[in-house]
Amino acid sequence: MDQHTTRFGSLRHFEKGGVEVINDDARNYVFSNIFEVAGRSKPFEKVAVGKNVEYVIEAIRVEGTSGWRAPAQDEFALVMDGEVEIRLVKLDDPGVVPAGARGSIAIQGAPAGRKMGLVRARRGHMTLLPVGAAYQFHAARPGVILLQTLAGADTIERWADICQTSPRPRA
Amino acid sequence: MSGPSDTLPEIGSIEPNQHGYRTFALGGFGFARDEYFAHVTWPKGRHMLPVDAFLRALQRDIAWGFFYGIVNFDQVIGTVNHYGSVDLFAGRFNEHYRRAKLDHSERFPTPKIQRVFEAMLDDWTNAGFDPFASPQETGLAFGPKNGSNKAAITRHRVTARRMIGAPGDEPLRSDDNGFPVNRHFRDVPQDRPEVIAEPGFEDEVVAFNLFAYLSRSDVTWNPSIVSVCKASLYCPTTEEYILPVIHGNDRVEWFVQLSDEIQWEVEDRETGAVRARVTMKAGDVAAMPADIRHRGFSPKRSMLLVWENASPELPELYASGTMPPAPVQF
Repeated sequence: MDQHTTRFGSLRHFEKGGVEVINDDARNYVFSNIFEVAGRSKPFEKVAVGKNVEYVIEAIRVEGTSGWRAPAQDEFALVMDGEVEIRLVKLDDPGVVPAGARGSIAIQGAPAGRKMGLVRARRGHMTLLPVGAAYQFHAARPGVILLQTLAGADTIERWADICQTSPRPRA
Repeated sequence: MSGPSDTLPEIGSIEPNQHGYRTFALGGFGFARDEYFAHVTWPKGRHMLPVDAFLRALQRDIAWGFFYGIVNFDQVIGTVNHYGSVDLFAGRFNEHYRRAKLDHSERFPTPKIQRVFEAMLDDWTNAGFDPFASPQETGLAFGPKNGSNKAAITRHRVTARRMIGAPGDEPLRSDDNGFPVNRHFRDVPQDRPEVIAEPGFEDEVVAFNLFAYLSRSDVTWNPSIVSVCKASLYCPTTEEYILPVIHGNDRVEWFVQLSDEIQWEVEDRETGAVRARVTMKAGDVAAMPADIRHRGFSPKRSMLLVWENASPELPELYASGTMPPAPVQF
């Protein structure tokens, strides 16, 4: 019999693994779950679930309509759950992102620029958020994005709250 | 350890052995195969590996360009990447070999070790055996010399410059270009994101279905770059059965389990002492610290996002202790 079921996670249903310590500290593995983090986050909080020097991956709960943001470099949004509309505007003045900025910056109000278009993305879809543009997320129902970016001023780090600290996973 | 060896044979022996396979030499190391095993010798010792496991490890080492850090073929044999040169070692990361002073290591310019490894992989891989495939999807590696499988061992290495599917970048996978959906992923939706680009912005409004892309991967345990955020590289891969190498880190590496489940055995990088077992299910995120080595076990083909920081200064920062081995302190 050659029938297999692929298991993805979602906000409504996910199973969590964990670290079984033999001779170590569970905190070294910075173990968390994207859906658990997003499930406890406010809409559009940018919660780091991974950090590699200046780079982060952020779990973002997408619910309603976000403010506009402008990336300082290309970013990549991977939808892990739900359906997300990603709206893009070409900035008239890319200088709204200060030189040396990392990650992305929030833009007050609507950005000045031409509409580039939009992407309607569902689970597993990855969208380029290009440098020189501004983007806005919209989701009618709660969803989750995993964002590949750099740590910026709005990145939230709350590792002790989201990561396993005990030698065994909680049952 | 001796200095870089620059006097290597270009290829292995001209005449095959009694099993039909050529033998190879790299500095003080010798390599031979018979019907079941790869035999490795060095001035102070010798070692045997099942040849299917050896070829699977050799294939990854070559395809990954010796990867980040250490590629242990098993508990004895492996390579260390110095990004321009490569150490080939025996017992270097085995506490008992070290204590007995039976370990051996030699450094080679990368093109030379790569050339010999490629020639060995080519000669020792028989028709019908694909070192990249899962065990259920390939024939056997064993037996006397029986043809070759060059197409399987010289696959294109996917390295997106910006993102898969972006204009001028690595293409999407489809039935038409030879990537059918894998038997374990037939239930993965193949839908595409709805992309509505205003005139003039067709090349900048770009999206693709990563999960569908991965469902069509024809290889296992082979991270390939799908998106590039400066030195932050998303390197997803599909995993089934056992990681054919034990990867020793020279920097922090992150895993995001996209689907299904993988269990990781984590050991001390230097000695092999067991440190932890990490079970990852869909949505789980975990770091692999810079001072460990790890091997994964995936009962069903699964999707794993390997996230790397390719900054070239990192190995020295970790090796010198300038940066702690764990990525976050809390």
